[in-house]
This record gives sequence, structure tokens and C-alpha cells, in this order.
Amino acid sequence: MIPYLGRRLLAVASVLVAVAAVTFTIFYVLPSDPAAAACGKSCSVERLAAIRAHMGLDQPLWRQFADFVTGIFTGRTMGSGRYALHCAFPCLGYSYENSEAVWDLLMDRLPVSASLALGAAVLWLVLGLGAGVTAALRKDTLTDRALMTGAVAAASLPVYFTSMMLIYGLVRTAGLLAYPQYVPLTGDPVRWASNLLLPWLALAVLYAAMYARQSRSSMIETMAEPYIRTARAKGLPRRTVVVKHGLRAGMTPVLTLFGMDLGGLLAGAVITESIFGLPGIGRLFYGALSTGDQPVILGVTLLAAAFIVVANLAVDLLYAVVDPRVRY
Amino acid sequence: MTTAPAAAPAETPSGSGPWRLARAELRRRTSVKVSLAVVALFLLMAAGAPLLSSLGGHAPDAFDKTAVDPYLGGRPLGPLGGVSPRHWLGVEPVTGRDLFARVVHGAQVSLLIALTATAIVVAVGTAAGIAAGYFGGRTDAVLSRLMDLTMSFPSLIFMIAMLSVARDVNRIVLMTAVIGLFGWPGIARVVRGQTLSLKHREYVDAARLAGAGPWRVLTRAVLPGVTGPVIAYTTLLVPGMIATEAALSYLGVGVRPPTPSWGQMIAESVAFYDTDPMYFVIPSTCLFLTVLAFTLLGDALRDVLDPRSARA
Repeated sequence: MIPYLGRRLLAVASVLVAVAAVTFTIFYVLPSDPAAAACGKSCSVERLAAIRAHMGLDQPLWRQFADFVTGIFTGRTMGSGRYALHCAFPCLGYSYENSEAVWDLLMDRLPVSASLALGAAVLWLVLGLGAGVTAALRKDTLTDRALMTGAVAAASLPVYFTSMMLIYGLVRTAGLLAYPQYVPLTGDPVRWASNLLLPWLALAVLYAAMYARQSRSSMIETMAEPYIRTARAKGLPRRTVVVKHGLRAGMTPVLTLFGMDLGGLLAGAVITESIFGLPGIGRLFYGALSTGDQPVILGVTLLAAAFIVVANLAVDLLYAVVDPRVRY
Repeated sequence: MTTAPAAAPAETPSGSGPWRLARAELRRRTSVKVSLAVVALFLLMAAGAPLLSSLGGHAPDAFDKTAVDPYLGGRPLGPLGGVSPRHWLGVEPVTGRDLFARVVHGAQVSLLIALTATAIVVAVGTAAGIAAGYFGGRTDAVLSRLMDLTMSFPSLIFMIAMLSVARDVNRIVLMTAVIGLFGWPGIARVVRGQTLSLKHREYVDAARLAGAGPWRVLTRAVLPGVTGPVIAYTTLLVPGMIATEAALSYLGVGVRPPTPSWGQMIAESVAFYDTDPMYFVIPSTCLFLTVLAFTLLGDALRDVLDPRSARA
């Protein structure tokens, strides 16, 4: 277990470095001079040179990248002399737009994105697994067909379509809910939940449909295994067979999916956040794109990649807990 | 490596070959017929877009100020968003552009990008998967790491970023490439697994012993064995690609106006959802139906062609 964990952590670190390198290359080489962007329209040659030096853009690219990576782990000092600026660990640089530390910006927005992703995840797991397992246990009945037809249809709905329908139906027409506005969980838990309900539902519909399809097929496969027959033959109650023997093994493929989806959503719910005006990481990213704020773009991409690899690692470790056949 | 066409199965003299059986099984299903019809309809619509819109009498980017009411903020005149014999599906608010022409041309852009991206993904994924599975060793290690790496990329974020950085490039080509770039590991994994299980079947060993080189073994013995799962997986890839294209265009980093695409039309219509709901409904319905039809078709193909994963 320990050597396995060590190897995996090493792999996580190397993936992150690779993602950083690719992102870095794309965003610092391709577009126009970020120093010129930072300097503004009326920019003198000397000032431009000073800014370039301050940003470290006069250094060769590998050097800039090395500085960037070191900065993440140890913090670093940017610029020199009068303009020296110490950027503390974990340093992702400063936004070109408002000179705030990228790390602080990200951490500022993270609670919103995390609230959105986690709430939606709970909802879609309950709905999706419930529907999928029910359909699997009642295979080829009317219930099964109805649930699966619903799932295929729901999986074909783009999230912005569902969102608009929910806004139209629940907010404009029925007036049941207020237009979502983010309220921190610590401030007012009830308003936090009721205000996030719409975006949760919008995301959950799509994912629940995919999970229902996946968990149905995986449950059907598991329930046909010989050890399930053995458990039944032993005279165990159906409930125990389904929950303890079937569900545990049948959920491993779903778990894989879940790790990837949750990791992807923590920093990647760009569409949902922009439709509902939630000030999360996705919105931050979208805003940074329109202003060409490269440090922020790089920061969001790295954070998003980190969530994905860490979520995948967590899932792999959870396998051993969920599925008794898995050993490391 | 180019993907060789699926080696035509030699006509078995008696009984039915696997492809024949598959076709018969597919023909039995109503969902296949319906979804095939819908897919065919949209493909025809996309292919014949210029013809269809000239039948309707409007170019996709021709303004028609007489179809909107300038005193009501450019609201379309007439019922259901301006449906009339002149404008079959109504018009866009403010500009009065013909929705039928735009939807039809949007189909062209959306399906062109989705299908080309799928083709790239399938070609690259199959090649990488077969190579990794068949050669094993270092080739496998390198390719598998590359798959892991690509899958760890936050793909939507990355696609948005790459599309917004590139400026003076053909948007359609760029979108196809960017969408294709992140899609190949999924199919590569499927093919790799399948190849591993085929690699030491007797008939493959026999081909090798008979002196066939690796290229011949791969294209003649292994590739036909993986075609079934690949076809099924490909059909299930298409809806995802259509949805991704729509999402990117929705976010404003996809094709640039005035070229219409469904996602972009939906994004524009959101501002009018209250005054002109039909403007939102039309492109959304097209998107929904296309994705649904491809999903149903893919499900059926998977059940029939890849019985190992289709536990139906």
C-alpha cells in the first residue's frame, strides 16, 4: 500500500508539472506580449522594458518556467531592487488585471465552486444511483424502460438548456424560487442551499442521467456473477445480497466516473456558473480570458488539473475499501 | 498510420456472417429505425444547407427589418416568433434573419465539426490503442502515460483557453483540432484492451507463424477484431462531440458570427427567452434531437456489436 501510494503521488506530481509546462508554453509563447498588455496603451519603451524585466519576461522561457514552478513550492521574489515583490508560498504570480495574488483569487472563489459541485454531486448520486439500481433490479419491466428512456433523454439535454428551462419554469412562471445569488454557507445555511438549488438541479439532471445508465449496466453485470448466486443460495435476504454483495462491487465503475466528474467540476463548471452568475472559479477563468490575464488562466488550469488528478487518486484508493477483490 | 477500411468479411457460404446477423438484429429495433431517420434528416439538412435555404428564399445572414417590430425592441412580427409563409421557422429578434436558414446552416457547421473531430479521434485512438496493445513494452508504457496525461487535462477549460488564444485561424479547423485533441484516449483504451485479448488468439498466432509481418497482422488480423467495439464507441462519441461544439460556441469561443452554429444561436437567444421563446426553442430542439438520436443509435450498436460490454 505505501509503495503504491508513493508511486501514485510521484505520478500526480509529474502530471501536474506536465500540465503546467503545456499551459505555460501555450499562454506565454503564443499570444501577444503580456508586458505590453500590462503596460497599457500609452506605454514608453523604457517602461515596457522595465515591466518585462519585472515580470521576468526577458529571461529565456525555461528559466521563466523554472521560476514559476519553484515559486509554487517555496514562494519567490519577483522583480528586483525598487520593484521587488515577495510572493509567498504557494506563489502562482499576480493577476495582470488587479495585481492580486492568483492564489488568493482562487481561494476566494473556491467555496462557491465547491458548494456548486458538491451539492450537485450529492443530488446526482442519489438520483442517478437510485434510478440505475432500481432499473437494474427490475430489468425489462415497464419501470426499467421508463427510467432508462428518461435517462437517455435527460443525458441529451445540454446544461444551458436545462438551466434556462428551470429558470423559466421555477423562477419566472411559478415564482417558487428566487434567482440564485450566492450566499456563503457560514452566513446563512438555509439561504445558501435554497439559492444554490437551481444550479444544483441543472447540473444534477445531466449527470444523474449518465450515472443511471452506467449504474444500471454495471449492476446487471454484477448481479449475474456466480458469487451473487452463492449469496442467494446461502439464504441471505435479498436486501443484504443487493446492498452488501451487489452494490459494493457494482459501484466500482461508477466510482471511477465520479472521481473524474467531481474533479472536473470543482474548477470547470464554466457554463453553469456563467448562466447563474455564480462568482466561482469558472467565472474567474472566463473573465480572465476576455482580458488576457495569463497568470489567472494558468492558475485556474493548474488548479483544475490538480483537482482531477487528486480525485482520481482518491478514487483508486477508495477501490480497496469499496471492492473487497481489489488489493494493492 | 491510416486506418484501413474494415476488412470485408469473406462471404461465408452457408449461414450468416456476424455482420449479417448484426444487421438483422438492428433492423428489428424500432429505436434504431427512428434514430437513423432523425440522423439522416439532419445529415441531409447539413449537406443540403445552401439548397434548402435558397428554397426558403433567405440567406442565413440576410437581415429582414420588415419581419420585426422596431417599436417593440425588434420583436418578430406574427405568431410564434414570426412564423409565416415567408419565414418558415420565424425570424431572429432585432435583425430579422431567417431562423430556418440559420438552423440549417448551423447544422452544417455543428455536424461538420463534430463528425470530423470524431473521425480524427477514432483514427488516432484506434492507431494508438492497437500499437499499445500489440507491441506492449516500451511503446505501451509511453502511449499509456500519454493517455493518462491527456485525461488529466481539464479538457473544457483547456479547450476554451486554446480557442480564445488563437486569433487569426480558421475557426472550424481549429475547433475540430482542439476537440479532437482531448478525445482520443477514451477510444485508445477500449482498443488497447481489445487488442490485448486478441493478440494471442490462435488465428493471430497462425498469421504470425505463416510469416505475416506486423503491419499485415495488425491490419488483417487484429483490426477486424476491434471494429465492432470501435463502431459502437464511435457512434457514442458523436453526441458528446456535438455537445462540446455547442458548449464552446455557446461560451463565445467557437465559430464566429455571422457563421451560425446551434450553440451560438442558443447563446444569443438566451437574452430573448422571455419575449421570444421560440428563438430559444428551435436551435435547442435541433441540438437535443441530434444528440438523442446518435445516443440511441450508439446504444443499439453497442448492444449488437460489442456484446461483452452491452449487458442488455
